[in-house]
Amino acid sequence: MTSTSSSGTGAGDQTPPVAAAPEPAAAPEPAPAPGAPTGSRWRQVALEIATGSAGVTVLAVVLALLFGGVLIAAADPTVQAAAGYFFARPLDLFGAAWHAVSQAYAALFSGAVYDVEADSFARGIKSLTETLTLATPLILAGLGLGIGFRASLFNIGAQGQVVLGAVFAGYIGFAFQLSAPLHVLLAVLGGAIGGGLWAAIAGVLKARTGANEVIVTIMLNNIAVYLIAYLLSLHSWQRPNSNNPQSPALHDSSMFPLLLGDGFRLHAGFLLAIVACLVVWWLMERSTLGFQFRAVGANPEAARTAGISVATVTVWVMVVAGALAGLAGAAQILGTEGGSGLTEGIAGTVGIDAITVALLGRSKPLGIFFAGILFGALRAGGVVMQARTGTPIDLVLVVQSLIVLFIAAPPLVRAVFRLPSPRSHVGAETPSALTAKEVRA
Amino acid sequence: MRLELRGVTKRFGSLVANDHIDLVVEPGEIHALLGENGAGKSTLMNVLYGLYDADEGEILINGTPVRFGGPGDAMAAGIGMVHQHFMLVPVFTVAENVVLGNEPVRPGGLINLAEARRRVKEISDRFGFDVDPDAMVEDLSVGAQQRVEIIKALSRRAEVVILDEPTAVLTPQETDELIAIMRQLKDAGTSIVFITHKLREVRAVADRITVIRRGKVVGSADPSASQTELASLMVGRAVDLGVHKAPAQPGEATFSVEGLTVLDPNGVTVLDDVTFQVARGEILAVAGVQGNGQTELTEVITGLRHAAAGTVVLDGESLEGRSVREVLAAGVGFVPEDRSTDGLVASFSIAENLVLDQYDRSPYARLGVLRPGVIRENAERRVVEFDVRAGSVEDHASTLSGGNQQKVVLARELSRPLRLLVASQPTRGLDVGSIEFVHTRIVAERDHGTPVILVSTELDEVVALADRILVMYRGRVVGIVPAGTDRDVLGLMMAGVPADEAAIQAAEHHTALGSADHGSAVQEGGEAL
Repeated sequence: MTSTSSSGTGAGDQTPPVAAAPEPAAAPEPAPAPGAPTGSRWRQVALEIATGSAGVTVLAVVLALLFGGVLIAAADPTVQAAAGYFFARPLDLFGAAWHAVSQAYAALFSGAVYDVEADSFARGIKSLTETLTLATPLILAGLGLGIGFRASLFNIGAQGQVVLGAVFAGYIGFAFQLSAPLHVLLAVLGGAIGGGLWAAIAGVLKARTGANEVIVTIMLNNIAVYLIAYLLSLHSWQRPNSNNPQSPALHDSSMFPLLLGDGFRLHAGFLLAIVACLVVWWLMERSTLGFQFRAVGANPEAARTAGISVATVTVWVMVVAGALAGLAGAAQILGTEGGSGLTEGIAGTVGIDAITVALLGRSKPLGIFFAGILFGALRAGGVVMQARTGTPIDLVLVVQSLIVLFIAAPPLVRAVFRLPSPRSHVGAETPSALTAKEVRA
Repeated sequence: MRLELRGVTKRFGSLVANDHIDLVVEPGEIHALLGENGAGKSTLMNVLYGLYDADEGEILINGTPVRFGGPGDAMAAGIGMVHQHFMLVPVFTVAENVVLGNEPVRPGGLINLAEARRRVKEISDRFGFDVDPDAMVEDLSVGAQQRVEIIKALSRRAEVVILDEPTAVLTPQETDELIAIMRQLKDAGTSIVFITHKLREVRAVADRITVIRRGKVVGSADPSASQTELASLMVGRAVDLGVHKAPAQPGEATFSVEGLTVLDPNGVTVLDDVTFQVARGEILAVAGVQGNGQTELTEVITGLRHAAAGTVVLDGESLEGRSVREVLAAGVGFVPEDRSTDGLVASFSIAENLVLDQYDRSPYARLGVLRPGVIRENAERRVVEFDVRAGSVEDHASTLSGGNQQKVVLARELSRPLRLLVASQPTRGLDVGSIEFVHTRIVAERDHGTPVILVSTELDEVVALADRILVMYRGRVVGIVPAGTDRDVLGLMMAGVPADEAAIQAAEHHTALGSADHGSAVQEGGEAL
């Protein structure tokens, strides 16, 4: 049968009119233009922001702060007292609640961005520099975790990698005597190597044996904690004339330079974090290694079929992620802690908070940068809030947790703000694209 | 029972999957619902079976409107469904599966297995199903499992049985048996709704044919309509079902597989001493029912899986033991059988997918750095060349229809010089238009002098494209036969019957589909696809 013809068999009578007029085989048309003028592109962007992940993130933060406000009010003694005679004077309650919440959040703002009560600009802006200082390790470690998430590796091991980064950087910092730029560079490099090697253990175990990276990295976190405790018990790591588990102070030559002079803690580690954001963006979007990372993360089967070695990628992802977390550890010990040396608590909760930062930042460098700043701000502001209004800093933890909760449930946020679901917009495009190619009936 | 659907509409968001569909199934009728993948057949049946709630329209049984809150209601009303993927518990016996969810109970809450067996036996005997009530479902052939599903429906007194793409998993002989069963059910007064996109089956068995396209009923036809007419109706434009290809001009055999044996992780032999050669400019079609070692064969060739024994040689170079990357670099193009899992990264752009296995080679990258401009330009060119209907090459691959996704995979694999093309199920789930396109490109690659291995479970495709046909059964090569071998012979070989024996058996007994072919060949004066 070489050509189409509707003549022939006995179906002539039954054949409905539709089939009676066959059309010529559809000529391949060029790919249809997107159909919409460029003007609607902005509308698209606006919709994307409002309904897509970025918008949900912002709204989740807003919602979490609102809930936090309710908690502040509920925990405030004046508000509680006013609630006792609510029916007599209801306005008292709202007044008291407003007062408590606005005072607490004002203090939070003062601690995080600009202290309005400060007597000079320098003192006022110190809050912002604190925020940036606290954000630095969160951004660095968050970038590492974000790479893992995008490659489908749920690396929970940033804490241990931060510790190892601090151990390596710290040791180079106090044990060697070198000239300034070289010393700090070596210490930073050591931090990256320390974190990278620690993470590589998990990567190799996963690649070789299929071990679950979540479990392995959690265990490595524990091991790291005991490792640092062990190291600090060694004579060569002990600070002379001290009974505390603390290493000798770092040489000044190994320290990150302070960016704004002695009055501020903000150090060059923050610049490192900015550079790391750019490098990670470049790595993921522009390098062939990043292409492999993303391909394995999005569809390991297809990546394997396309000749990408999933095992090798797994190891590399962990190494890069660990190196970034190690840099966070280096930023802690070479900058934020002011050279006071290695302690068991050097990593704080950076590795854990960084998970939240990476999730909040949607695993993308820019998102992680802002998420890190937000968490730094909450942390810096929380301290001031506790000091000035007595609102416990734990509230900050609650707000952070609520943010994650809301982000994990985008439909909830959309429901609260009555946003349309993004799917309906996608759906609106598909059928029209379909009908465009082959019409009629 | 007379079943009627009136104005049934089902929307998913803004997509109208069913648009005011009217359908009447008369008692004792085999009613074929014909349409391409994604036309809305399954959605309609899921509405009928109570799995979806219709947005508009009503279902009438014997003229009375009914509402189904779930499959339970539908079953109670006498509607049974055999899903494309069987809903059976493999480690239960036939009897246990049949009564599952509807167990006869003895006092004390114990299942009355004797009663269950009796039910199975009764139905099995009535229709000559030959199913042992005590057999484990996992030990049964696919055809037998399907009969268990049918028994399950009948045991709940189904008067209308919906068969959703029932022949997709069957050999031609099993299909033939199914057709016989359908006719028996019909004679016993049971109506059957037969969902399919296979034209020859529809013509062989249906009493009436309703054609659905893009969620709408576009017409009904009589089974005597020609395949071309049915296809045109289904697709909405004139369709040429034939594949135009000149006779093969095979050159030297540059690819060979010898004594290839593969074990699965449990040590079970999945590929057993497979030997064949493919010449330049030749399409070797690998036919067989799904799951007889074809997947493993393609995986070994491409380096995704390692062989326990045997050699794979391309142009004198050994391929086995090489990584996928090295195999691809050696000039092997691979169209994997499951494009959404193995062929594409759905969340990657079309442009990125077009270089998925070449992203790190010149000109797409230099010194480990991607060159987005070159990648994009390449995509713009391929999209035109392969007629991929996409808004922009930066759109995610997931926004494409199945046919266009497959074109992306083909465009990627055919866009570099090949020394071997392995295409596995290249047209599965595609619309007729895309199938034509894919077939044309594969033949073009052959004419370009590339040896081609085409793995397909669709006999139509095998017959249309093959220059030689290799039939696989249980990991072994049953035989390699020339193109033009009788379908019935191929069907028997797919069930493990050696070629010569199959030829004798086929001569004695033609299958229903085979006979339909012979009939239509006379009517239409040519070989239809």
